[in-house]
Amino acid sequence: MSILSVKNLSLSFGGLKVLSNVSFEVNQGEVFSIIGPNGAGKTSILNVISGFYSPDAGRVFFEGLDVTALSGDRRAALGLGRTFQNIALYRGMTVLDNIKLGAHSRLKTDLLSSLWYWGSAHREEMELRRQVEGEVIEFLEIESIRRQSVASLPYGLQKRVELGRALAMRPKVLLMDEPVAGMNAEETEDMARFILDINEERNVTIVLIEHDMKVIMDVSERVLVLNFGQKLVEGKPEEVQSHPAVIKAYLGEKRGG
Amino acid sequence: MTEFLQLIVSGVAVGGVYALIALGFVLIFKATSIINFATGEFIMIGAYVFYSATVVMGGPAVLGLLSVLGFAALVGLVTERLILRHMLGQPIISIVMVTIGISSILNGLADLIWGSDFRNFLPIFPRSPIIVGEIIIRTNIFYGFLVAGIVVSIFALLFKYAKVGVAMRATAGDQMAAFSMGINVKSMFTLSWALGAIAAFVGGVIIANISGVHPSLAHVGLKIFPVVILGGLDSIGGAVLGGFIVGIVENLAGGYLENYLSGGVRDVAPFVVLMLILLVRPYGLFGKEEIERL
Amino acid sequence: MRIGDYKETYASDEAVFRTPTSRFWLGVLFVLLLIFPFVVSDYLLYMANMVGVAVVAAVGLNILTGSSGQISLGHAAFVGIGAYTSAILTTRLNLPFLLCLPLSGFSAALLGMVVGGPSLRMKGLYTCIATLGAQVIFEFIFMNWSSLTGGIRGINLPAPTFFGVALDNEFKFYWVTLVVVVICVTAARNLFRTRVGRAFIAIRDRDISAQLMGINLFKYKLYAFAVSSFMAGMAGCLWVNFLKTVTPEHFPLSESIRFLAMIIVGGLGSILGSIFGAIFMTVIPEALKNLMGLLVETYPEAMSYLFPLKQLIFGLLIVAFLVFEPHGLAAIWRRVKDYFRLWPFTH
Repeated sequence: MSILSVKNLSLSFGGLKVLSNVSFEVNQGEVFSIIGPNGAGKTSILNVISGFYSPDAGRVFFEGLDVTALSGDRRAALGLGRTFQNIALYRGMTVLDNIKLGAHSRLKTDLLSSLWYWGSAHREEMELRRQVEGEVIEFLEIESIRRQSVASLPYGLQKRVELGRALAMRPKVLLMDEPVAGMNAEETEDMARFILDINEERNVTIVLIEHDMKVIMDVSERVLVLNFGQKLVEGKPEEVQSHPAVIKAYLGEKRGG
Repeated sequence: MTEFLQLIVSGVAVGGVYALIALGFVLIFKATSIINFATGEFIMIGAYVFYSATVVMGGPAVLGLLSVLGFAALVGLVTERLILRHMLGQPIISIVMVTIGISSILNGLADLIWGSDFRNFLPIFPRSPIIVGEIIIRTNIFYGFLVAGIVVSIFALLFKYAKVGVAMRATAGDQMAAFSMGINVKSMFTLSWALGAIAAFVGGVIIANISGVHPSLAHVGLKIFPVVILGGLDSIGGAVLGGFIVGIVENLAGGYLENYLSGGVRDVAPFVVLMLILLVRPYGLFGKEEIERL
Repeated sequence: MRIGDYKETYASDEAVFRTPTSRFWLGVLFVLLLIFPFVVSDYLLYMANMVGVAVVAAVGLNILTGSSGQISLGHAAFVGIGAYTSAILTTRLNLPFLLCLPLSGFSAALLGMVVGGPSLRMKGLYTCIATLGAQVIFEFIFMNWSSLTGGIRGINLPAPTFFGVALDNEFKFYWVTLVVVVICVTAARNLFRTRVGRAFIAIRDRDISAQLMGINLFKYKLYAFAVSSFMAGMAGCLWVNFLKTVTPEHFPLSESIRFLAMIIVGGLGSILGSIFGAIFMTVIPEALKNLMGLLVETYPEAMSYLFPLKQLIFGLLIVAFLVFEPHGLAAIWRRVKDYFRLWPFTH
């Protein structure tokens, strides 16, 4: 059953054609990966799905609903989460506040309640803290850095906090843009484990962009290969890995496994 | 009808100066992404420097011009070296606030050094006004327009054909790409600030030649904002066109509404235009919406 | 993190004053604020009232500019709107002072949203220019809509009354100022304990990803504008009722720059910074004025140097703090506190 689908997406910036007639479907509960050389348009696809870019043609469907005309914040409210290639954490806030911010669209406090605070805003904040502690902080093992400013964290932890922020939203679909980029072997393994746990235990559908082939092969159920904004191949990881067109375009000279 | 034409002509004439100053502003914005809130103070300083060189020190107009150019180079250097270097990596709003601080510093300095009385330049141009049909154009306005036009043309030629001009356009378009092509980006910053300062300084000299040297010249700088919003913050052509339109709006408002509202109407009218533009076409006539990378 | 300071409930961990020591000093501060008016001269009380007005305005501006990243060059105009609103409501409709306070706030907030609104759809730089436009336009209105604002002569008011008691001296007015300051500071602090305040900071730091986290950028920028202008309006109401007069010369662009200087020097995005900055940028001009007054005997033109000197110093402070200490006096205060807290193990 398809939870996210993209039909005939085309996108160009001025004369540069970024995406050409891309279509695919993501099934509920699966881990769907998008790979391709740099500049293939992978992040642009995520940006169109998130609502940051408006496509020239094509539609985006989320849970059967046509969201192509919806703004990014409305899509987030529907349960579409996101992590970014260049960490987009808020440097002026602590780890805890960054994570709490992820839950923004689930909360109800309005301007007047927040100015008064003692009452519904307080209750909501306490409940939020409880949820965030149980669902995110404990899960990602980041208790010790709760009150640190994110700007002072090492890269790997920042990426983890960003994942935490996306989790606080309790997303139905999580779009992840190169979550293990720049990480060492241990950090990569941790992140891969988190991704699998999120997918299996919380039933979150994951759409993953990555360059690390080992991670892709380990976690994905289906893989889509993009090149020059066009869909090249789509299928199971092993099928894609051995597909001649893919090897030629992207995976380089190495044949086989 | 004559009155209408007279107002239009005066508007075009003063608009030429606005266009020049706006050009300098857009230059700085395009090359460094900085909104220079000290533009008005630059205008004022240009006039005072020219005044000091010609009236106080008794030199010829050429000396005044050279002093202005020299000062502009100084401004470029000081701004880039002392301030921008220290602010690398800080968010743009911080840097913009630095220019607000600089405007305050220059205001205070000018008043302290030169005092706040009205001064006048020695006459540079012939006195008798130019008369076309029934329209009268004062010579200092006419020649001011000419000078502004010449400087704008020089800038335009510089950008299109000179190697340095092309380098500046490259830096304005994409700093990283320009850097990797071997362009010294820091020099480009210095140069763009210096050129922007020249535009404002020359504009200041032209205006002061018409209405005297006084700290209130800085208020002209405020009028540049309606011009660049109308034209588009990053559009050079827009700055020129916007300058003329604002000059005309100002004169028409002053001519027709002064009796009903008050003398200050001509100064407020451009800002009403500004607010309307922000409402209906915020990127102006020719501005481009920036595409962000995520 | 303090050693031995652990919390057993989330509520206590989320509290604003989390340690007994900080609560103690808060109590001391309150006691001092209560004793203050009884032991100082009228002049210091006058200064305290002016500082209070500045604090209310600065806290508002910091919410918009410091925390949400939208520079406002029109804050003085909004204070002026509040002042004129209160003056007009008092002299024309005889509305009581207590009612004027929130009404001045609302009028400034409404007008703020009308002029600022359109520009909030775009990047913060456009809001900066729009607020400049608002500043110029409202200055013109203050000066020229004589039938409403009294034109260049302005409006004079009688002393405000509070349930029959006339607040006609610095001492009596102090209590009103104190209450309004406490309300504004508390409301501002509350804001940042909730999703609204977090949204503001997110918009400042990375507005695109904030939107993709579910934040409606326009709505929250409008909220920031409304709160900021509301506080400016209240500051204006306090101000005009304290001085009992308002003229158009009181709200020029240089005053908007002074408010910006307050939050830059004090610390952008910090409520404590707004307070420090307000005190600093109210005391400095006053000290300068007194200094010039002393010099007038030897240098008769000293007074004419006052205004440009003020401008020069404001500008230097703004640039110096932005370049060298972007987190302002609040950061310096934190460092001093940490030094003493860790003493003798400071590093």
